[in-house]
Amino acid sequence: MSAFAPTARKGTPPAATREGRGGVLPWLAVPALVIFVGFGVIPLIGVLFLSFTSWDGLGEINLSGLTSWQAVLSDPGLPHALWITLLVMLASWAFQTPLSLLIGVFLAGRQRYRAVLAVLFFIPLLLSQAAIAIAYKALLDPNFGLGAGLHIDLLVQDWLGRPVLAFSVVIFVVSWQFIPFHSLIYQGGVRQIPRSMYEAAELDGAGRVRKFFSITLPQLKYTIITSSTLMVVGSLTFFDLIFVLTAGGPADATRVLALDMYKRGFQANLMGPASAIAVILVLVGLALALLLRRLGGRDPQASQMEGA
Amino acid sequence: MDSRNTSRRTFLGLSMGLPLGAALAACGTSGPAKPGGGASGGGAGASYWYLSVQPQEGVRTRAVERFNKANPSGQIKGTPFQNDAYKTKIKTAIGAGQAPTIIWGWGGGTLRSYVQAGQVEDLTSFFDQNAAVKDRLFPSSFGAATIDGKIYAMPCETVQPIVLFHNKTAFEKIGAEPPQSWGDIMDLVPKFNKAGIAPFSLGGQSRWTNMMWLEFLLDRIGGTEVFQAVFDGEKGAWSNPAVLDMLTKVQELVKANGFIKGFSSITADSNADQALLYTGKAAMMLHGTWTYGGMSQDGGDFVPGGHLGYTNFPGVDGGKGDPTNTVGNPGQYLSISSKATPEQKEIAKKFFAQGVLTDQEAKEWVETGGVPILKGADSAWAGSKDADFLNFVYGIASNAKVFAQSWDQALSPTAAEVLLDNISKLFQLSISPQQWVDNMNAVIGQ
Repeated sequence: MSAFAPTARKGTPPAATREGRGGVLPWLAVPALVIFVGFGVIPLIGVLFLSFTSWDGLGEINLSGLTSWQAVLSDPGLPHALWITLLVMLASWAFQTPLSLLIGVFLAGRQRYRAVLAVLFFIPLLLSQAAIAIAYKALLDPNFGLGAGLHIDLLVQDWLGRPVLAFSVVIFVVSWQFIPFHSLIYQGGVRQIPRSMYEAAELDGAGRVRKFFSITLPQLKYTIITSSTLMVVGSLTFFDLIFVLTAGGPADATRVLALDMYKRGFQANLMGPASAIAVILVLVGLALALLLRRLGGRDPQASQMEGA
Repeated sequence: MDSRNTSRRTFLGLSMGLPLGAALAACGTSGPAKPGGGASGGGAGASYWYLSVQPQEGVRTRAVERFNKANPSGQIKGTPFQNDAYKTKIKTAIGAGQAPTIIWGWGGGTLRSYVQAGQVEDLTSFFDQNAAVKDRLFPSSFGAATIDGKIYAMPCETVQPIVLFHNKTAFEKIGAEPPQSWGDIMDLVPKFNKAGIAPFSLGGQSRWTNMMWLEFLLDRIGGTEVFQAVFDGEKGAWSNPAVLDMLTKVQELVKANGFIKGFSSITADSNADQALLYTGKAAMMLHGTWTYGGMSQDGGDFVPGGHLGYTNFPGVDGGKGDPTNTVGNPGQYLSISSKATPEQKEIAKKFFAQGVLTDQEAKEWVETGGVPILKGADSAWAGSKDADFLNFVYGIASNAKVFAQSWDQALSPTAAEVLLDNISKLFQLSISPQQWVDNMNAVIGQ
C-alpha cells in the first residue's frame, strides 16, 4: 500500500489549486481518493490500533499498551527478518537492474524479431505468483524434478533445503517474473532518447559501448530511478511467492518481514505483534520511497530530454 | 455559483465516501462483534467446511449429499479446502465472524482457542440428550473434544495413528528385516545408503512431518509423562533429560543421512513423500495411516501387490516408554459455530445425530483404508481387500495404553508455531538440542 501513497498525494494538490477555476478536474481525483482512503488509510489506522492490543484473531480485542511492541522489538526474529528483507531487496535489485536494462535496450530496436521476443519475454509477468511458485517447486524437486527427470546431476540439488540455495532460488524466481516488467519500462525510456544524439555521437566516432555508457545510460537516469523505486518498495511486499516456495524456510533463511508478519498473525494467532510488524513495514516502505525520490535529484521538473 | 456547486458535490462525495469507508473499517477491525456474518450465506441452510484431497474428500461430500437428500428442508452446503490452507482460512473466518455453521477440525489446542473466544457451541447437553450418538463412538476420541470437562465437538471420521511404513522390496534388496528397536534403525541407515536407497522418506518442508519423529522418540525414551508436563504448562518441562536425549538422537539420524536427500524441499501436501516410498527411492516412512489411501490409489501395484509393510514405531533400548503407545489423530472433530442462527444450529445437530458416520459412510471410510471411530468397526471390513491393514490399525488404536494427540494439535496455536519453527531448525542442524530446549521452555504455557 505504501508504494501508492506518494502517487495519491501527488494527485490531490493540483486538484485543490484548480478548484477556484471551477472545472471538473477536482472530481477526477475523488474516486482515487475514496479508494485510497478506504483501502489504504483506514486499514492502516486499524492496524496501528491493533498494534497496541492483544488479539488472537478469534476473541475479544483487548488494549494492552506497548506489550506487543515490546515483544516484537525485543525478539531476535525481527532484526533477522529485517536483514533478510534487506538482502532480498539488494540482491533482487542488483540482479534485475542490469539484466532488464540490457534487455530493455535490446528490445528498443525496431526489428521485427525483437518484437516477437518482446512478447515472449513478457509471458512470465502474466502468470500468478502462486502458480509460478508451485511450478518452480515441482521443477526443483530433488527426486521428481527437472534434474532427476533429465538425469542432469548438476540440477539435482537440495534447492529449497539449503539456506543459501533457497535464498538464491527466491531471487531468481522473483527476477524471472519481474525482469520483463522492468525491461518494458527501459524499452520505453530508450525509445524516448532522441536519435539525433546517437547520430552526433556516431559522427564523432563513438562505438556501440561508448554510446551506451555516454548517452543511453545517462539519459535513462529517471527511468532507472523509477524502476528501482518499484523494485525496492515492491520487494518489501514479496509474500505469496516466498510463502508457497519455501514458507520462510529452511529454518528462517527466507523469512522476510511480510512473511514474519503473516506467520505471527495468522499461524501463531498473535495479531498484536503482527500489526506492529505491519506498521514497521509501512514505515520502512515510506522511508525508502522518499529516499529514492531524493536520490532522483531535487528538481523533478528538470528536463531529461534533449540537451538536458 | 460554480464553487458553491462544487462544494455541495464535495459534500455529497464525502457523504458517500464516509459510509463506504466505515463499512470497510467494519470488515477490518470489528469483525467479531458482527453476529451471524457470512454463515447465513445461502438463506436458511447450514454451511460446512472440510478438507479436500481424495479419497477422503469424496466420503465427506457424499455424506453431506445423503443428508441433504433425506432432509430437503434443512440443507447443508459443503466446501472443501486444502489442508494447510484450511488451517489458516478457518481461523480467519472464525475471527471475522464468517465461520461456517459446522467447523471441521482436529480438536485439542485449536479447539481450546475457539472455546476461549466463545466461538463454538457447548455440546455437552446435546450428548446427554443423545446418549446413543455418543455411545457408538470410541471413548478415546472424546479426549481431544473435551475442554475443561465440557464437550465442544463431535468426534467423527477415522482414527489415524502414525505408523512406520516400509517398502518390502527395498528390504528384500538388502536382505534386512524391519527394525525392532532404535538400534536397528541406526544399523539399517548405512546399509540402505550403500544400496543407493534412502532409509527414510520425509516431507520436511511441512514441519509437522518432522515433528512425528520427536513425538515417538520422546514417548519411547521418556514415557508419556514428559509431554504431558509440557501440555500442563509446567515450568521448564522441556528440560527433562529425556528431551535432550531424544533431540540428540534425531540429529544423529539426520547427520547419518537417515532422511532422503533434499527432504527440506519436499512438502507432504504434494504427496511426494509417499511417492518416494512406493517408487522404492526410500525404504521407510513414518506417517499417518491416512496416507494408506493415497498410496493404494497412486502407487499402482505397490499396495495391492503386498509390497507395503507396516509396524508400530519400535522401542528405544533402555527407554521408559511403552512401545504399544501411539501418537496421531484420535479422530476428527466437528464443532458448531456459536455465531450460527438457531435454525442452522438445529440442522447441524440433526446432521451430527443422523448424518455422521452412518453405516454407508463407515463402509466408505473402510474402503479408503481408514478405521472409523465406531465401536466394533472391525466387523465392517470382513472380506475387504485392506482387511490386514485395517486390523493392524484397529489393533494399534485399541491396544494403545495412551493414544497421544499430535503435539501441534494439542498445544495452543501460538506454542505450536514456535514448536514447528524450532523443529525445522533442529532438522536443519542450525540449532543445538540445548538451544531447542531453551527456546521451547520460553513459550511453555502460552
